[in-house]
Amino acid sequence: MNLADSTQAMNNLLGSEADSQRTLYPYVTGTSVVGIKYKDGILLAADMGGSYGSTLRYKTVERLKPVGKHSIIGASGEISDFQEIMRYLDELILYDNMWDDGNSLGPKEVHNYLTRMMYNRRNKFNPLWNSLVLGGVKNGQKYLGTVSMIGVHYEDNHVATGFGNHLARPILRDEWHENLTFEEGVKLLEKCMRVLLYRDRSAVNKLQIAKITEAGVTISQPYALKTSWDLSAFKNPTAGAEGSW
Amino acid sequence: MFRNQYDTDVTTWSPAGRLFQVEYAMEAVKQGSAAIGLRSKTHVVLASVNKASSELSSYQKKIFKVDDHIGVAIAGLTADGRVLSRYMRNECINYSYTYESPLPVGRLVVQLADKAQVCTQRSWKRPYGVGLLVGGLDESGAHLYYNCPSGNYFEYQAFAIGSRSQAAKTYLERKFEGFMDSSRENLIKDALFALRETLQGEKLTSAICTIAVLGVGEAFHILDQETVQGLINEFEVVGEEPPAPADEPAAPDQAGDAEPSPAPADQGPPADQGIAPMDI
Repeated sequence: MNLADSTQAMNNLLGSEADSQRTLYPYVTGTSVVGIKYKDGILLAADMGGSYGSTLRYKTVERLKPVGKHSIIGASGEISDFQEIMRYLDELILYDNMWDDGNSLGPKEVHNYLTRMMYNRRNKFNPLWNSLVLGGVKNGQKYLGTVSMIGVHYEDNHVATGFGNHLARPILRDEWHENLTFEEGVKLLEKCMRVLLYRDRSAVNKLQIAKITEAGVTISQPYALKTSWDLSAFKNPTAGAEGSW
Repeated sequence: MFRNQYDTDVTTWSPAGRLFQVEYAMEAVKQGSAAIGLRSKTHVVLASVNKASSELSSYQKKIFKVDDHIGVAIAGLTADGRVLSRYMRNECINYSYTYESPLPVGRLVVQLADKAQVCTQRSWKRPYGVGLLVGGLDESGAHLYYNCPSGNYFEYQAFAIGSRSQAAKTYLERKFEGFMDSSRENLIKDALFALRETLQGEKLTSAICTIAVLGVGEAFHILDQETVQGLINEFEVVGEEPPAPADEPAAPDQAGDAEPSPAPADQGPPADQGIAPMDI
């Protein structure tokens, strides 16, 4: 049941030989994920962009995925590492289902499993370069948590990764409240995603919203947000600095 | 069971398809002093007889806490039981560490059974000589399992193992139908009655028995001697006979709360004064 990491040069962990085996920097990355609790469960939002440095290279990357019956995960950061994490999680859920005994791993358990995994990799100086959002509902209990690539983890009523922390969470701190309806929740998330679209260079205008309730998981079809660029500052951006572009 | 030419190794089958070493190991369980378990939908009670080898020595510990939500009572080679309890505690701790959640007792029991099975299929090992009554909580409520040296496990409403356990089993067979909906107090009382059956006339006192309880909202703990003696006194005052199967408890009006009930009825710290609400 143990997918061991590939062999490292144990006696030269920080040396150049082992460098080719360690994560040094990410290549294809996803940007923010935003998540909120609402009346019936959890809502997650993420766009579908996969950036290759400053190039917006891939525009149909699914960064929200279901995990078993009770959880959904959203990832930002290195996409290949997210795919690896999904392999680990799918195996975890598989073995959980194989017990076939009426017990199942809930979102809390999955969140902690991820935390252990991320922290363990961080300790080996070979992190999975992701910030993850894990949300779910089990037995009526809503759960929303996040884990970073160094293993920092916490739960809250609303979480975000990357730029979402700086742009979306202030909005959520003001406007989130208990027992949002589904429509209110989606509107709130769209508000956050719109701000991110305006202000985050690596955001693309194609997003998905994932919902999880006691009944199950739904991930929406991709759609775009309406934006408005007819603010006067955008009309003549070089007005205050002639000659610039 | 008599000595025969097929019983030297655990890896030797008899012509009748039996593994005698495994069966001999189960005999060892029958030699140990009695252990009893019963469960309701929400609670499990484990009880054991404290047998000391002499007046000068203390008795063997037969009931172990494995986690807040799992406890085990053993009968047979107590050393084997101790080692297996340590294994169980380890598994629970590891699961808690990874998942921040209690290990479902049903899964622990399967792991334990698989561990026992290994010893029935290696020529350089011997089967564990201990039977374990594992009580614990799961997503679906309280459960009681019995793990054999053979590597088999069974779920029970109530069970007794060890010497003179048949007497307890006979009592439990009479009463078990009511256990699922039984209250915690009645479950403990039934455990004491069942335990008394195994003593064959010897007086039941808290000095010669150990009772442990766990349940939904109640962590596994062993009841202290005073509490147990209090419970024993209750039903001995009313009359020697356990209540009829219609289960009209003879002493509901007695001080039914004689036990200080370690169940955490009070939740959380008292309200703080002088703390400002968090603005950030």
